[in-house]
Formats: sequence, structure tokens, C-alpha cells
Amino acid sequence: MSSIADTIIAIIAENAMLDPAEVTADMTFQDLGIDSLGLVEAIFAIEEAFNISIPFNANEPGKSDFDLSSVGAVIAAVEGLIRQQAA
Amino acid sequence: MGRVVITGTGTVNALANDVAGTFAAFCAGTCGIGPLDIRDADRLSIQIGAQVRGWDCEARFDRAQLSLFDRVTQFAVVAAQQAMEQSGLDLTLPETARAGVILGNAGGGMTTTDDNFRTVYEEGKNRVHPFVVPRLMNSAAASHISMIHGLRGPTFTVSTACASANHAMGLAFQLVKSGAAPFVLTGGAEAMLTFGGIKAWEGLRVMARDACRPFSRDRSGMVQGEGAAVFVFEDRDHALARGGTILAEVTGFAMTADASDIVMPSIDGAVRAIRGALDDAGLAGPEVGYINAHGTGTAANDRTECAAIRQVFGAHSGKLLVSSTKSMHGHVIGGTGAIELLACLMALQDGVIAPTVGHQEDDPECDLDVVPNVARRAQVEVAVSNAFAFGGLNAVLVLRRAD
Repeated sequence: MSSIADTIIAIIAENAMLDPAEVTADMTFQDLGIDSLGLVEAIFAIEEAFNISIPFNANEPGKSDFDLSSVGAVIAAVEGLIRQQAA
Repeated sequence: MGRVVITGTGTVNALANDVAGTFAAFCAGTCGIGPLDIRDADRLSIQIGAQVRGWDCEARFDRAQLSLFDRVTQFAVVAAQQAMEQSGLDLTLPETARAGVILGNAGGGMTTTDDNFRTVYEEGKNRVHPFVVPRLMNSAAASHISMIHGLRGPTFTVSTACASANHAMGLAFQLVKSGAAPFVLTGGAEAMLTFGGIKAWEGLRVMARDACRPFSRDRSGMVQGEGAAVFVFEDRDHALARGGTILAEVTGFAMTADASDIVMPSIDGAVRAIRGALDDAGLAGPEVGYINAHGTGTAANDRTECAAIRQVFGAHSGKLLVSSTKSMHGHVIGGTGAIELLACLMALQDGVIAPTVGHQEDDPECDLDVVPNVARRAQVEVAVSNAFAFGGLNAVLVLRRAD
């Protein structure tokens, strides 16, 4: 797994108060017991870790171009943003 | 127990710098939200707000006052002055020893805080103006108003986030009702449209980028505003004895805590607050004609508030007129309930319901008559004003038309 994925999993695991080994790519935020406030906090931590800006409004999570459907989807989306925002 | 009436009103907000102008804007459905004109706005991702524009503080205050008045105090002092003038109260009366000032405010003097943090952190200076503390303290506005008008009784500031003004007015109502004070200047003020103030809200990701559209299916969050509204809450017999004009009567108040979450609202807490206020007023639901909703335009608030209203009013919900004037004057945080009480007064006094502007699409989860976009004529006997703050702190007021 990439170091990007490791970092993201570490952030999500810390937010969910789990061991990183317990967080897998197919899990959803709901599976992990992360509520809307926890989600906003995790997004902030990911932005800080990679110095990127993630488009997300808590009022319309469905409308975001950023895929939050699972841990794996978040990793893929962050990888995409890093490529895009570095360009 | 006495009865409590409103005998004076004043306001400064994005719609107008007085009550008559605010009522006219409510009637016209004017939106006071526009591009933010503040320092470092280019570093904000939120670019809109309901700002008080063209504020001529130099024309309104002398040099000594300006060195002591943060923007939030300036708004509150002007609103209080208007309210006192309208009331016609004689401030030489001995009972000013028991009269007071109770205001709601969340952020304190945020322009002062922002400017002086810049001075010490950004510019690296080691000296600040001597009046930073008296300018930024949350209670500064209440103190200045008490000094200007010589009100020497209960005077303090209540801070319960977005419910601050409703809590303040509720306490003023109870004090006057109990006989502890003959009248109280009460309401709220906020001036949080500073770089730091908006940046903090951005972090929470609940702010709209284009418009505040409460109850509209395509709503995308809240828009901050600034301003103040201040009222004279007076003992009814006291007002009648001096020949004061009664604008409306305050008949009920209740406050509750959700005791559940620091940002997500609960239906139960809102239901108990609305029901408690109606009980305090000795009213049945069907007597209520208008509700000024908390209506922030966030997904969470609007859905929860509508469910709470349905639960309290049952079959009568369909006949209620429910609007959120935050769509026009923005969310004035600790002062918002005071500006919103003006919409209740307009409904009772003039029979005109302020609309919820920016409405584009009905939301089945907000299935109430939200008076979309256009003000409406309606004879209203009783109006309710909701405030449901972060941290689950709820405060609801009930007003009745003057008899």
C-alpha cells in the first residue's frame, strides 16, 4: 500500500479510535462509527497532511465531487487531488 | 405577576439602520447578503455576508467613544438609543435604579480581537492599545448602554451562541414579569464579520457560498450577518401609567437543553422549548399564527426544526406561517434572535409576514408554509420566535398583539 493510503488510514483510525490495522479500504465512515463532525475533522486532517483542499460542504455531502463512500474511495480521491493540485 | 410589553425598538442590520427601514425591507423581500468587504477577504473561501454597509461611525461617535467602542458596541448603542427614544421613557425617574440592560452576544469585540492579534502575531509588535480589554469583553455593550441611559439595575450579557439574544430577552421578560425591574433594555448584537470570525466558520463547512436558502431543497448552508436589535421590555402597568405606546406583549418564554450533541440539533429539545413557551403563555397551539424560525439554511437545522414544529402543532402546522428572515439579514449569531423578533413585531403590528427569500424548490422534509420569497398579509394574534443554538441550547419567545 502507498504511503498516502497509510497516512489516510492512520488519520481515519485515530478519528474512529481504532487501530490502523482494523481499518480496511472497503469500510464506510458509518461502519467506522464516524459521525458528521468526525468526518469534517478527518477531512481537515487529510487536507493538512497533504496540503490539499478537499471540496466538501456538510450540508450537501452528496453533491461533493469528492467520493466519500468508503475508505478506499477517499484514498483514490486524495491521490487524484494531489496529482491535480500539484499540476 | 405582572404583564410585560414592548414599548421601544431599535436596530442596525444589513437591511437598514433603523426599524422602519428594516420593516420596509422585510415587506419588499430585500436580501442584505452580498460580497464581503473586509480586510484579507481574498484569503477566505466564503466570500459573502450580510454586512452593515456605509457605517459612518465617525459621524455617530466622538473620539473618546470610538476608542472604547468595538463595532459590536457601536451597533448595540445605536439600537438602544432608538429604542429609548421610541419608548419616551423619562430617565430621571427614581426607578432607573432598578432598570437594566440584558443583551445577547456570542463573540465579543471581534474586530478588536482580530486587529490586535494581527498586531502582536502578524506584525510582531509587543505593545497594544490600552483599551483592548474593555473593547473586546462580551459585556462591553451592555455596560456602555447602562452608562449612557443611567440604568443602574440588573445589567449583563448572556452568551449561548446562536440563542444568546433569545436567552437575554427571556431573562429580561422574567425579571420585568417578577417585578424585579420596571423595564429592561434587551436584545442582542454581533459583529463577527472579521477575517478570523469567518475563517472559523469556514472550518465547520456549513457555510453557503452563494445564498442563504432556508427550507429550500437546494439550500447549502448558512450565511453570516452582523448588527443589533434592542427593545424596551416594560411592565404593562408602568407603561400604561406613563402613557407609553404598547407595541406588543411578551407572554411566554422557555429554554431547554438537548443534552445530546455539540453541533447536531435534536427534535426533542426544540419541541420541549416551543411547548414550554406556549405553556408559559397559557396558550394552545392553534392560537399561533406566525413562527419566526431559527431557519439557518443548514440541512440539519431546517429538517429538525420543521419536524419539531409538526410535532408541537400537529394538524395546525398546515395553517402556520413559518419564515426565516436569516435569508435577508443573515445569521447574526448572538444577536440574531433580536433582529428576528422584529419580524414577529411586524406580523403583530402591521399584519405583514416577512418572507423566506431565496426559495427555489420545496423540500418534502420542510413541508410547511415557509412564506417563500414574497411577504404576505395575515392577521396574526400570536407570534413565536425560535432559537436553537449549537450545543443544544434552545430558547423560544411568545409575543401577542397589543390589546
